[in-house]
Amino acid sequence: MARGAHFFDELVRDKAAMLGLIGIVTVVAVAIFAPLIAPYDPAAQDVLARLKPPAWAARGSVEHLLGTDHLGRDVLSRLIYGSRITLMIASAVALFAGALGVTIGLVSGYLGGRADSLLMRLVDIQVSFPGILLILLIVSVVGPGVTTLVVVLAITNWMIYARVVRAIVLQSRQSAYVEAAEVVGCGPVRVIWRHILPNLVAPLLTLAILEFTNIVLAEAAVSFLGLGVQPPATSWGLDVASGRDYVFIAWWLVTFPGLCIVFTVLSINLFAGWLRVTGDPQERDKRFARGVARRRPGTRAARAARAAEGAKP
Amino acid sequence: MGRYVLARLWQGLLVVLGVTLTVFVVTRLVGNPVDLMLPLSASAEQRAAFAQQIGLDQPLPVQFARFLGDLATLDFGQSLWQRRPAAEVVFERLPNTALLVAAGLGAALVLAVPLGIIAATRPDGPVDRVIVGAGLLGLSMPQFWVGLILIYVFAVQLKWLPTSGSATWWHLVLPAVTLGLAPLARLTMLTRSAVIDELNKPYVKTARAKGMPRRRVLGVHTLRNVAIGVLTLAGWELILALSGYTVVVETVFAWPGIGLTAIQAIQRGDLFLVQAIVFVIAGIIVIINIALDLLFKAIDPRIDVR
Repeated sequence: MARGAHFFDELVRDKAAMLGLIGIVTVVAVAIFAPLIAPYDPAAQDVLARLKPPAWAARGSVEHLLGTDHLGRDVLSRLIYGSRITLMIASAVALFAGALGVTIGLVSGYLGGRADSLLMRLVDIQVSFPGILLILLIVSVVGPGVTTLVVVLAITNWMIYARVVRAIVLQSRQSAYVEAAEVVGCGPVRVIWRHILPNLVAPLLTLAILEFTNIVLAEAAVSFLGLGVQPPATSWGLDVASGRDYVFIAWWLVTFPGLCIVFTVLSINLFAGWLRVTGDPQERDKRFARGVARRRPGTRAARAARAAEGAKP
Repeated sequence: MGRYVLARLWQGLLVVLGVTLTVFVVTRLVGNPVDLMLPLSASAEQRAAFAQQIGLDQPLPVQFARFLGDLATLDFGQSLWQRRPAAEVVFERLPNTALLVAAGLGAALVLAVPLGIIAATRPDGPVDRVIVGAGLLGLSMPQFWVGLILIYVFAVQLKWLPTSGSATWWHLVLPAVTLGLAPLARLTMLTRSAVIDELNKPYVKTARAKGMPRRRVLGVHTLRNVAIGVLTLAGWELILALSGYTVVVETVFAWPGIGLTAIQAIQRGDLFLVQAIVFVIAGIIVIINIALDLLFKAIDPRIDVR
């Protein structure tokens, strides 16, 4: 518990990371409580209220805070429900890609030898695949849909997990505690489960959060191209696509769903960037030196920090 | 050196084979080309005739062998939509994509290095904070959205630039900016952190101690060491752009490259054209990877090329 409190103390001191975390919590809360917050049914059409601008614009009304689209659907409600599908797809992909990548990384790193070089060659080959083009090919054959999208994004994004896990496993295999465990007769399953896996939790969590941004952007792009989430379901990417034809007369249809994507991805980036630095002792050292330098110019630590960063004397 | 190139070519060949196998499985086993390519109204005889024409009546191993043979001679079949060989369509559109990618990524690389250095030499100063903030924002924006916003501001409202198409050089500006924005952000951030790390190293102190001006230390020693990392990321950006970003950007701006062609081919069920595009891009990626490895060897002689 003490560790958790310490962690939170550090987080509060970094304004950007704290803002990021607040942003993430907001998006998750909106997704969970969507039916309670959304003023309208996101699919409900109203022919009499088509293309209404946001409330603060000249013809806008408070009834539709962010206006309505070409079918008279409430933009705000669509955005609120859109967060659900975005987070659902990204979580599912992170889970599947992560599970696949971790398994392959563990096997590869623990067994070593032939199996390792074979699996790593597979990773090399898949990394050089033309990513989105392959997704498009598969989707065009199988047909678009949420399930297809999740499966395809998982198959094209597991490699980074495998690489990270393998590197950590190789490192911890050489440590004294793993050797000790093997000497006292622990089987491979126990060694992996009890002694290696705990080392993976923090870096994997950071990696999954960083990867989340890529998946959110990829889902939005594929849905924008009309090959991801299909109507009547809502997705921010899909909403931008349908607003595209009205960009000349209704700027809000393209702007707001896009801002939702930017808000989500930026929040995650702010938080994950801080998390990455916090989990890395070397990066922590640098950050600490810089912090001291800022607060107390002229001290030894400050001079050391300046020297470390090559600032002007 | 020769053996190294051979080994890399062999690995590249494996990638192409992997792509081939995937495309074959996806198009022939998961989906049915006849259903995808012929209209719903086609009669049973038409379907059978078409299946025979593209060799679907043969056993699978024979089909795969023929598939490989066709690929080796760059024969990707006829594009149903364009009514001419798919390879011809791809190579006709490829220069447009190359131009777009070169303009976007070239500008990104040229801007990113100085911006990263400026930020790195004044860490945590106001300039650094603005650059880092802008960088984070830049890599958090979806490209299709950036493109549409640029169209709205510069084409619809200000009327400075055309909305879409490729008639003049002015048409290149907005698509190139859209394509280059996220790479610019990532390259700047990487240059910044690499230069900060590098300036920390003992050799910098030695050089400064013997009286070498800061600017010269940066220019002569530091940049050379930072170059590999920056170029690795630039190569990766090139691959990312070719294997996906161009599809989105070309669709937004109706830029007639192979990305737009891929989307149009998918919408028309023109499987052979999609397939041809995937193969050509995979081949280009393999070549880029090999070229980059050789370039790194030229920059940093310490890299072992076995």
